[in-house]
Amino acid sequence: MTTAFPSRVAAAPNDVSVWFVFLALLRRDMHVARKEIVFFLVRTTMQPLLFVIVFGYLLPKMNFVGSGYQTALLPDILAVSLSLSAIQSVALPMVQDFGWTKEIEDRLLAPVPTQLIAAEKIVAGMIQGVIAALFVLPIARLVMGPIPGLTLTHLGEVAAIVLLGSLAFSALGMWLGTAIAPQQIGLMFSVIIAPMLFFGCAYYPWRGLDVVPVMKYLVLVNPMVYVAEGMRGALTPDVPHMSLAVVGVALLVIAGVFWTLGMRSFFKRAIG
Amino acid sequence: MPAIQTRGLRKVYPASTAKTARAAGPPPPGAPPPGAPPPRGEVIALKALDLDVAEGEFFGLLGPNGAGKTTTIGILTTRVRATAGTAHVGSQDVTGNAVKVRQLIGVVPQRPNPDRSLNVLENLIFHAAYFGIPRSTAHERAMRLLEQVDIADKAHAKVDAMSGGQQQRLMIVRALIHEPRVLFLDEPTVGLDPQARLSLWEILRALHAKGRTIVMTTHYMEEADKLCDRIAIIDRGELLELDTPEALKQRAPGGTLIEITLGGPADSAAGRARLLEGVLRAEAQGPMLRVFSDRGGRVISQLIQAAEEAGANVHNISLTEPSLETLFVARTGRKLD
Repeated sequence: MTTAFPSRVAAAPNDVSVWFVFLALLRRDMHVARKEIVFFLVRTTMQPLLFVIVFGYLLPKMNFVGSGYQTALLPDILAVSLSLSAIQSVALPMVQDFGWTKEIEDRLLAPVPTQLIAAEKIVAGMIQGVIAALFVLPIARLVMGPIPGLTLTHLGEVAAIVLLGSLAFSALGMWLGTAIAPQQIGLMFSVIIAPMLFFGCAYYPWRGLDVVPVMKYLVLVNPMVYVAEGMRGALTPDVPHMSLAVVGVALLVIAGVFWTLGMRSFFKRAIG
Repeated sequence: MPAIQTRGLRKVYPASTAKTARAAGPPPPGAPPPGAPPPRGEVIALKALDLDVAEGEFFGLLGPNGAGKTTTIGILTTRVRATAGTAHVGSQDVTGNAVKVRQLIGVVPQRPNPDRSLNVLENLIFHAAYFGIPRSTAHERAMRLLEQVDIADKAHAKVDAMSGGQQQRLMIVRALIHEPRVLFLDEPTVGLDPQARLSLWEILRALHAKGRTIVMTTHYMEEADKLCDRIAIIDRGELLELDTPEALKQRAPGGTLIEITLGGPADSAAGRARLLEGVLRAEAQGPMLRVFSDRGGRVISQLIQAAEEAGANVHNISLTEPSLETLFVARTGRKLD
């Protein structure tokens, strides 16, 4: 064995650029995501795509639902894909890393504020949410055929909703992934994610809940509602929907709350 | 200024977050006054630790599991917040200036925790990038260090394809990639086979020879004895002894430690043993009769006789020469592992 180690460096190293480290962390996550892109796309888009096939193709073909249902469904499918993928891209690695693999410890030793590591994870989750939405849109359009009332003229609004929605759900993923004990991760899906999907106005417009007023106001605590309604307002504006201004403000507030909770919870896990 | 200095370092894990368990409970309570008994469920990991580690020193923290070694390393490496007291690494405060401290230290964890989504070289290049080191420099350093620990042929291997010993070497290379002033190793040889352990010792000796400050925890007395310049023996969060291995061994009670496990309580046998010639000290701990003898193992037959006269059967006998182990047993009444 060679044992010619260099002598230790006596001088104190210079300060490390926070941006350099942030980009290195992001590059690492994107590098890993790229390697696992097939699993990532299958994981995050399988459920929405199955919905597209059943509710957007089979049921209309059987005449169980009117053709207008497809118009209501498309924005929701996008909302569900981006939300699920943003949550899972952050929550699952956090549960694994803090629960048993401890792999994140190499990053927790980086000479930057600990919150920066969490912020990067949220941004990485956000990017993965956007990718999922971009991936599902053309496929959904392909499976469902022409969708009456679909317009791509409000791309600015679509982009804003996609970014804000991904941010909110990625931050939620950070909070859930660091606050839930690893052995309870199954509960996260059945107690949090499933109700969020079913009561998220993701398979019916919020205005449709006029028939059940209690429900209409109860679901407002669900962040999914705002992403779904935002997508509806931006992609199929003819379908009755929540005001985009309200959606924007609500998503900003939700993102801020989850960001704060996620950061706090991450820090608690990182520093004993 | 020493490389590391701690004063009155104390750590209490509140009941709701006791180490592995995790609960979103109320914020941890402040430190109770010194000497106060801990509220139920609280774990006092460190009581009031004062340590000074000199620049270039190979310093060992020796103690059994739960002694507070990992907590000490955790605080010094900015991963655990002390409840009270101060700790400085390279004159930087670990709490107030954690970011600066992280630049000065390299950490080898108890269990290898490489980034399993990356291969060996990627692990090192990304880790270097987290320290602001550009790719070309990192690549060159990584290859040189991998060469030095004899795993250069694994540069493009998946981490999972490496043995435990090879992964531990990778952890050492990772800890060195940003050329830290102080290297921390937490029980680095646990789970390694004897050969892997010896070659790890050789690597650590070579690092030390080049003047790097090394702080290592271990519960292997032999490891501390062979590698360290000075050893702090800690138990239940308290510093028991601190000196060079030679001085500590001299401080060990004279004579061979003879431990005899009996079929029943050893108190009466201990009383009889004290009367025997060649017995310096005899004490009972449950069914264990612990005797320090200046006549080596030659008193064993008399000890057996004394035990039998006291009405106890002998189940097991062990002998340990004067060592750090016997010092530890004399101080704590327990063995190291």
